[in-house]
Parts: sequence; structure tokens; C-alpha cells
Amino acid sequence: MSVRHALLALLSEGPKYGLQLRDEFEARTGEVWPLNVGQVYTTLQRLERDGLIESDGEDEVGPQKSFRVTVDGAAELDTWLRTPPDLSAPPRDELVIKVLVAIRVPGVEVRDVIQTHRRHAVELMQEWTRVKRDAGPDELSLALVIDAELFRLDSVVRWLDTADARLRRAGTVPASGPPSALPDPGPVRAVEVRR
Amino acid sequence: MSALTLTGVSKVYGKGAGQVYALRAVDLTVEPGELVAVMGPSGSGKSTLLTIAGSLEEPTDGEVTVGESPVSRLSRGERAALRRRAIGYVFQDFNLLAGLTSAENVSLPLELDGVAGRAARAAALVALDRLGLADRAGRFPDELSGGERQRVAIARAVVGERRLILADEPSGALDSVNGEAVMRLVRETCQGAVAGVVVTHDAQLASWADRVVFLRDGRIIDQTTPARGPESLLDADPAR
Ligand SMILES: Nc1ncnc2c1ncn2[C@@H]1O[C@H](COP(=O)(O)OP(=O)(O)O)[C@@H](O)[C@H]1O
Ligand SMILES: [Mg+2]
Repeated sequence: MSVRHALLALLSEGPKYGLQLRDEFEARTGEVWPLNVGQVYTTLQRLERDGLIESDGEDEVGPQKSFRVTVDGAAELDTWLRTPPDLSAPPRDELVIKVLVAIRVPGVEVRDVIQTHRRHAVELMQEWTRVKRDAGPDELSLALVIDAELFRLDSVVRWLDTADARLRRAGTVPASGPPSALPDPGPVRAVEVRR
Repeated sequence: MSALTLTGVSKVYGKGAGQVYALRAVDLTVEPGELVAVMGPSGSGKSTLLTIAGSLEEPTDGEVTVGESPVSRLSRGERAALRRRAIGYVFQDFNLLAGLTSAENVSLPLELDGVAGRAARAAALVALDRLGLADRAGRFPDELSGGERQRVAIARAVVGERRLILADEPSGALDSVNGEAVMRLVRETCQGAVAGVVVTHDAQLASWADRVVFLRDGRIIDQTTPARGPESLLDADPAR
């Protein structure tokens, strides 16, 4: 999450003070990302140094100082909005590693490891869904933020389900009893998962 | 008194070498006001569990109790009355009657149960309206989209004085936003004396439940602990 661009976006609506920016940032992100005021002022100083925003006085950054976006700042914001984020999968997903390791560790049932992570992900999804359920119909930002979390966790669960089914089909995880043969799971890169 | 209790429920299909254990010694208790989701892969026994809970099928072993009624000790007639009056079903294929309008499909279970036509129709219209289908009340099933048919089926399941809502993949044909509307309604319906069981392989659907139970090879292997509340999420590291 880029605080820098979020502040630029808020300033594109008109001049604002630091504290106001913090409050609006939290409100627009459904209060899911708390921001301290020091973070806001440091970011504003950097934006001003880079010529993306400007202020009136020569004073130190503080509550009385109001900022507005420059032409360069508006261009930077527009570029950022249209630049795709890095969606490529991380080279080593911790969960994938754990499942791959679990296949090889003697005395560990890989399906129990998978179920532990599945349960944890579903519990988190239940909590997010509860927040969404309690949110008012006008809390659009909050709903959007929660949807994103739910889809991310959902993809984790679906990968675990797929891993479970694939391991079972490969005979690594028998329907009952301990695992028999442990085939080579192949290189890490062969498994695709996105978080 | 629990809304639904399954005690040692097993279900075997077929005989001899072709035997399939669809359920093995399942214990499950659902309290009034509670919504429980049962998650598991295809073939794990979810649909079997639901049809047995709804007394549409008999277990090979074990006991099912809906409210105060141990199903195995009811007469045929009592069992039919229990299904009609106390249980609302939402199945994958919807089971809407082609010759009836949406409103008639929804009011039918009430009328079969002796509610006067006008009162039954009014209750049906309220249920349809809550699912955003007020303007589809007069349409026949083949004049509705798949998603609309599904919502009519939900309206029919929640209408009247149901005590147990049973749903099998209730938002299968719906997009996420409509699926959410369906789960919101099921969630709202399950309060007070009303309880619900949703079986699904979809974690987003399941996450509307108070408790998620995991089924594997016909056995309950695990369940989620009750939610800790939203504070734990908001304290999470924002830079994650
Ligand atoms: N009427 C039936 N006759 C024989 N086998 C059945 C019947 N219904 C279900 N089964 C078997 O029971 C198991 C569980 O099925 P089901 O409850 O439909 O699972 P799910 O809904 O989780 O996909 C599967 O192996 C399935 O093939
Ligand atoms: Mg099924």
C-alpha cells in the first residue's frame, strides 16, 4: 500500500491539512490500515521535496500547514493509478514450502498439516465476513477491502484443497492409514500459487 | 434443546464389494440461532449428510433429532409434516415447479400446511422482496435466469415458520455479489429459534457461518473455533 500515492489522491480533491489527511485516509480504507500522524508528516515532507505537492508558508510541517498537489503531482498520480502492481507470484511461498516439507518429514501426516492451514485460513475468513456483515450498506470502502482479503484467503484454501486432492491421487495420502511411498514432489517452481 | 442433532450417523450405499461408506459415525449438534457450514471435497458426503439431516433419507446407523423429534420414532405422516413445516430446503437443482409462478412456488409449502391462500401469498411476497425479486413474483421458472431461480428457491426455504434451513451449495449459479446476498439472508434467517446448515466446498460461502465443520471421507475431521472478533484483524500489521 503506497501511503505516498494515497495522500496525493486525497490532495487531488483540494488543499488539506496533515491531520485531516490522516483521518480521511483511514476512513477511505475502511479503517483497516491505521496510519500515525508522524508517518503522514514524513511522507508530506518527501512529496514536497520532490515537487509533487506544495504548501503556503515556510513553517515547519505541522497542524496549521495546508498542502495542495502540483501539476507534476497530478501526473505522477495518474501514472501510478494505471501502472499494474506486481502480480507475479513470490518465488517461495511459505505455505507451499511447509506442505512440500511435510511430505518428506517422517511421522508427519501431510493432510493434517494441510488441514491445520485450511482451518486457520477459514477462521480468518469468518472474522472478515463478520466485519463485512456488521458494516453499514454505505461503508463501500470497507466492503471492497474485505472482499480483497477474502479472495486472497479463498485462493489459499483452494490451493490447499487442490494440494490435498493431488497428493491423494498420487498415492502419497491414502484414504486411511499412514502414508506409504513418498514420491519426489519435484522442484518448488513446479507448484504455482498466488497469495 | 438443540435444533438438530446427529448421533453416530453412518450411511452405506450398495452391498458387498460395491459398498460405499458415504458417512461414518458422524456426530453433529446445531443450536437454535446457529448457522453451521459443512465443508469438504466432492464425494466427502456433504449432500448425504444434508438429506439425512432433513429426513429425506434414512441413516444406516445412528439417530437424527430435529427439535424435539427423534426422526426414527416418527410415523410417516409425522415425518412428512416435519419436513413441510419445520424444515426449509435449498438444493442444487432448485426443484421449482414449472407450472407455478415464483410467488406460487414460494407460498405452496405454507398452503400445503393449511395457511390461508391470501396470508400465504403475502408471506411469499415479503420473502421474494427481501431477495430483490418483487418484480418477478408473477413469472414462471422458465422465464427466470438461473440466478433468479436460485433466489426463488431460497425464498421458498425461508418462508413461514421454519426452524431448520438446509442448503446444498446455495449460491452455485450466482456471481459473488448475489451469492453474498443469499448468504446474508440465510444468516439473518438463522436467529432466535431458527438454525441452519449449509454444505459447500466454497470457503467464501462457508465463512458466513458461526462454525465451519470439515468433512473428509464421510467423517468429521475438524472444525473452526468461534470467531475471535474483528479486533484481532484490525491490530494486524498494516504493511503485511
Ligand atoms: N444414491 C447413491 N448410491 C450410491 N452411492 C451414493 C449415492 N449417493 C451418494 N453416493 C456416494 O456417497 C459418497 C458421498 O456422496 P455425496 O454425499 O453426494 O458427496 P458430496 O455431496 O460431498 O459430493 C460418494 O462416494 C457418492 O458416490
Ligand atoms: Mg453434493
